[in-house]
Amino acid sequence: MEEGKQKMTTQDDHPSSVLHPPSSEIRPQTEASERIKVEGLNFYYGAKIALSDISISIKDRRITALIGPSGCGKSTFLRCLNRMNDTIGGTRVEGSVLLDGRDIYDRGTDVVELRRRVGMVFQRPNPFPQSIYENIAFGPKVLGLHKNKKDLTDIVEQSLRGAVLWDEVKDKLKQDALSLSLGQQQKLCIARSIAVKPDVILMDEPCSALDPIATLQIEQLMQSLKADYCIVIVTHNMQQASRVSDHTGFFWLGKLVEFDNTERIFTRPRQKLTEDYITGRAG
Amino acid sequence: MMHRSHVQKLGFAFLTLCAITVVAPILVVIGIIFVEGVRVVSWEFISAVPHDGMKEGGIFPAIVGTLLLTLGTAVCAIPVGVGGSVYLAEYAKDNWMTRAIRLAIVNLAGIPSIVYGLFGLGMFVLFMHMGTSILAGVLTLAIMTLPVIISTSEEALRTVPTEFRTVSASLGGTRWQGIRYIVLPQALPGIITGIILGLLRAAGETAPILFTVAAFYLPRLPQSPFDQVMALPYHLYVISTQVPGMPMSVQYGTALVLLILVLSMNFVATIIRSYFRRRRQW
Repeated sequence: MEEGKQKMTTQDDHPSSVLHPPSSEIRPQTEASERIKVEGLNFYYGAKIALSDISISIKDRRITALIGPSGCGKSTFLRCLNRMNDTIGGTRVEGSVLLDGRDIYDRGTDVVELRRRVGMVFQRPNPFPQSIYENIAFGPKVLGLHKNKKDLTDIVEQSLRGAVLWDEVKDKLKQDALSLSLGQQQKLCIARSIAVKPDVILMDEPCSALDPIATLQIEQLMQSLKADYCIVIVTHNMQQASRVSDHTGFFWLGKLVEFDNTERIFTRPRQKLTEDYITGRAG
Repeated sequence: MMHRSHVQKLGFAFLTLCAITVVAPILVVIGIIFVEGVRVVSWEFISAVPHDGMKEGGIFPAIVGTLLLTLGTAVCAIPVGVGGSVYLAEYAKDNWMTRAIRLAIVNLAGIPSIVYGLFGLGMFVLFMHMGTSILAGVLTLAIMTLPVIISTSEEALRTVPTEFRTVSASLGGTRWQGIRYIVLPQALPGIITGIILGLLRAAGETAPILFTVAAFYLPRLPQSPFDQVMALPYHLYVISTQVPGMPMSVQYGTALVLLILVLSMNFVATIIRSYFRRRRQW
């Protein structure tokens, strides 16, 4: 049943011609399958509506950037994708968020497993005040992903390599994670999130606390992670969105104004509002 | 109008005076007890049983009694207290019941210890037929200690940033795993502080053990939890007020031993706390 559903969504690779216009000048890439499909999503904080009627299709092995002014709902939307909003009282969700064809807001959803599959990197680097090793090992440990200590050590190494941090920290795994630089800490947080082998990584303004060099490193890291993961990044930095992402969604007052290939959004947006925002006339 | 630099000097002088007023009595008390007591405290004094109407011999049973009572209180109060604080800080919804519980705890912490003593007498000694026993005393002391442990531990848990719980959840950890592996270790120094504060109070109190466990004169060690036992604070009370012709030196000696016991526990607690605190920084 589950498989059948999955197949259905893979066939549905081109949900709308808007996303892949035939004349699209995007650089040639292998076809990406759909990982997340959001349909008619409304989100409420109490009586206040924060997101209204969001529909979007997010591709696997691509970077999808969400841009928009502060308070436009882009972070709230991101947190809908792994149900992190559940922890806030008085919130309500309508519509559906399909992950590989299954609605994550279904009653039967195992939220803990969902969050393993949909990892998250936060705005401020937030390693646990423990050693580098323990930071990475936490996820695999609580999920029981390893059979023995050797396994765990391997996962730690792979994750740190995956986040291009291994060479810098391999000799000081027992050291306090907070002794690292902020950029390294954020890489550590990325390594920590990939240690539980997720399918999707959500990044909520991951570079806003970092200096330009660390920002560049994280952006390069994202490019290398793209080969294995579906990445969704919220950013207030339009240059960053245009540099790193394949698709961009523009949020305005809780609505998804436009969603398209990044190049298209930044060169020939369809909506006047998008153009005004990108060129700095609105926002 | 006084020049503002003079106002400042005057202010500092006043504040210094306040600080001295706070510290001086403590130093004087400790100093007198130490000077007077140190002459009697010998190996025999702390290792022998009292005899000759407690005027001779040592205070060994009272030391053992106080240690036993403190240990028993720790065993009973720590799991319940820490568990309760985890519930209040991490799980309890903010509704009228939680607020009522919290209010009750704050009020319980302010209740005079003699009230706990009388409660213990009514509840454990009489109603539950435990008799005047270590068990009844320990339970009474534990109940007195609980509010202190719960409120300080809850405070400690609340100072751990919410972010860590969020991150733990985002990695697929259950709520309990986040608490167990991340939040509790971070809150440990504060929790230990609460535990020590509570236990120190239990070790030094006379009123709660007055009717529930303390023996006036029992020159042997307890055989079971249903035995009575001598305890340092009560012993001190007895030899200072109830026994005529008691040499002052014995009283000072007993006070000194109690003081050293409590202060050394405090010292150990400080070391434990600073050890854990060194690992915490955010």
